Amino acid sequence: MAESTLTKRRLSWRIKLEPRLDEPSAWYPAAVSLGAIVVALILGGIIISIVGGNPFLSYVHIARASFGDVGVLSDTIVKATPIILAALACSIAFRMKLWNIGAEGQFIMGAFGASAIVLAPVLPPEASRWLFIPVMAIAGMAAGAIWGFIPGYLKGKFNVNEIISTLMLNYIAVAWVNFWIFAVWTEGGFQMSPKFPETAWLPRLSEYASTIPFFRGLTTHGGLLLGIIAAIALWFIVYRSRWGYEIRLIGDNPNAAKYAGINITRNTIWVMMLSGALAGLGGMSEVAGVVHRLQTAPVAAGYGFTGIIVAWLAKLNPLVIILVSILFGALILAGREIQPSGIPKMIQGIILVCLIASDFLLRYRVRLVRAHAEA
Amino acid sequence: MDPIIILQAGVASGTVLLFATLGEVFAERSGVLNLGVEGMMLIGAMTAFSVTIATGNPWIGVLAAMFFAGLISQIHAFIVITLQADQVVSGLALTFLGTGISLVLGEGLSKAGTVSLMPSFSIPLLSQIPILGPIFFTKQSVLVYFGYLLIPLAWYYINRTRPGLHLRAVGEYPAAADALGINVFRMRYFYVFVGGLLAGLGGATISLAVSPGWFSELTTGGQGWIAIGLVIFAQWDPIRAAVGSYAFGALRRLILDIQGPLTLFGVDNPFYYNPYWGFFLQMLPYAFTVIVLVIGSREAIRKRIGAPAALGNPYIRGERGL
Repeated sequence: MAESTLTKRRLSWRIKLEPRLDEPSAWYPAAVSLGAIVVALILGGIIISIVGGNPFLSYVHIARASFGDVGVLSDTIVKATPIILAALACSIAFRMKLWNIGAEGQFIMGAFGASAIVLAPVLPPEASRWLFIPVMAIAGMAAGAIWGFIPGYLKGKFNVNEIISTLMLNYIAVAWVNFWIFAVWTEGGFQMSPKFPETAWLPRLSEYASTIPFFRGLTTHGGLLLGIIAAIALWFIVYRSRWGYEIRLIGDNPNAAKYAGINITRNTIWVMMLSGALAGLGGMSEVAGVVHRLQTAPVAAGYGFTGIIVAWLAKLNPLVIILVSILFGALILAGREIQPSGIPKMIQGIILVCLIASDFLLRYRVRLVRAHAEA
Repeated sequence: MDPIIILQAGVASGTVLLFATLGEVFAERSGVLNLGVEGMMLIGAMTAFSVTIATGNPWIGVLAAMFFAGLISQIHAFIVITLQADQVVSGLALTFLGTGISLVLGEGLSKAGTVSLMPSFSIPLLSQIPILGPIFFTKQSVLVYFGYLLIPLAWYYINRTRPGLHLRAVGEYPAAADALGINVFRMRYFYVFVGGLLAGLGGATISLAVSPGWFSELTTGGQGWIAIGLVIFAQWDPIRAAVGSYAFGALRRLILDIQGPLTLFGVDNPFYYNPYWGFFLQMLPYAFTVIVLVIGSREAIRKRIGAPAALGNPYIRGERGL
């Protein structure tokens, strides 16, 4: 008898949802995102233990393999560099609610464009590094921009769904690069180009070890600098320029933008090209800074897709993207040693799902209220 | 290179796209865009293959694939219907999640060897029809025949039955449907689940019938995305979806088979003597998807056919608008 009243009283509590009318305080979104990541890691841990792994060892292993000492931290940053540029590319397109899922393909085409400077060859191998690096960067950005122009034009002129077109262009980019490294630039029949001359390499920290001994063996390369410069430039474009204002307005309220006389078609094309150029710069940074040759597997390693998650997690803020990219760089770096090999990808998926679900808490206030006692 | 044989194999490979496309037609007709098809197909392909290994019975494998893919579709349903989040981002997340989970659970499956596949057979009288008989009714998998049945059923259900009318109402004008006493939320959950079931069936069709085995992400190779493109081309109509799916299936087979023979139509086969041209052939299905999208979008503008009006929008009771 007493027990049943207790359950009744328990049941009389219920969850009540109220739309948030006020802006939550500044720390709140960050806390919600952090909470979402913690929940994601717990869920990931449960799945790891279901397939017979030890989640605690896996996570400790991830942390140690990516932040354990200066050497691995440097490797983490190397992994983060392409993610920064890919995420910046996604962020500017997403800002306008253009779902550019093609950063992967634009990244690959950027790598192709930069490599063509060395392999075609546009510049002779004796050219100085000061010539090589800027020309490769421009070529990479141009190739990426072309790959962004196609879906941008189709979206702007014919209203073709950009999600599908950018994704299809990813597959086409891989086949395109495969053709060149198999048929034209192959090294001894292997599916890769010959190694670039060292003048076409982005400088690494370890090159300066003779003056600064601390840098010995550190692999962090000039691409990080490109990423940081691009992030700062993008921050100014988005938050401090007239164009950025237009982009944000189109994203938030396309009808208002149209009535204000903003040309949506032209902006769609330009934003897709900028997005493609940023991803293309990422591809250039990866071939010139890490791979030092054109090869499909290490270039088409999914950085463009990770960039989508990172951009979303950073709430499209270019400067926050740098920090989040380093976390994901760590996950990817450590993931190489974790079995089964799909775990990092799965954890990325779970994190994204939890993050999207957690946005709910930003829009609604969840209250536990006592319902009126029933008669 | 016998065209009949290519078309016959094309119908089988198009069945994969058919199931995934029809599933997405149902989900989108109810107003929910689910970009997680690729992930759900991978889950389906992995589950079908591993359950068949474990039980020895491909039928149980297919049912498990459908159920598991349907289950995972409910994550998307919960996020976009109850939590009202952006459908594009949530669908992408579902693809990531489905890919990741199927890679983790499917680890080692690629070395599992052969399993018993879904049975294939010829239909007695129909297979005697010239041309059509060998293409559609000879030595096809039971799943292919199931696909033939599903097309008119889906069309009839959507266009001629009361639940189909409710489905369309929920996708076009949920507020009106709600006012008539239709439970918009429950309907959307249900049709996202149907989409998941069919995407899982599509995945199972790959791993237990069309190209048996588990090859991690390459198992689907982007077919989930092609299916989403086909829905737009099909203008949310099951019959057009079927035409598009079989045409794409035939194209995929043609690309695989055209590089084999020494001569084509009596002349030297350029694809045999220049194997690197194969990379351009590989681009074709993806390039065609973009072309098909352009055609579909232009036609939609010209004929004023649009997506279901509420597609992509969460339904919030008591709010103005759709």
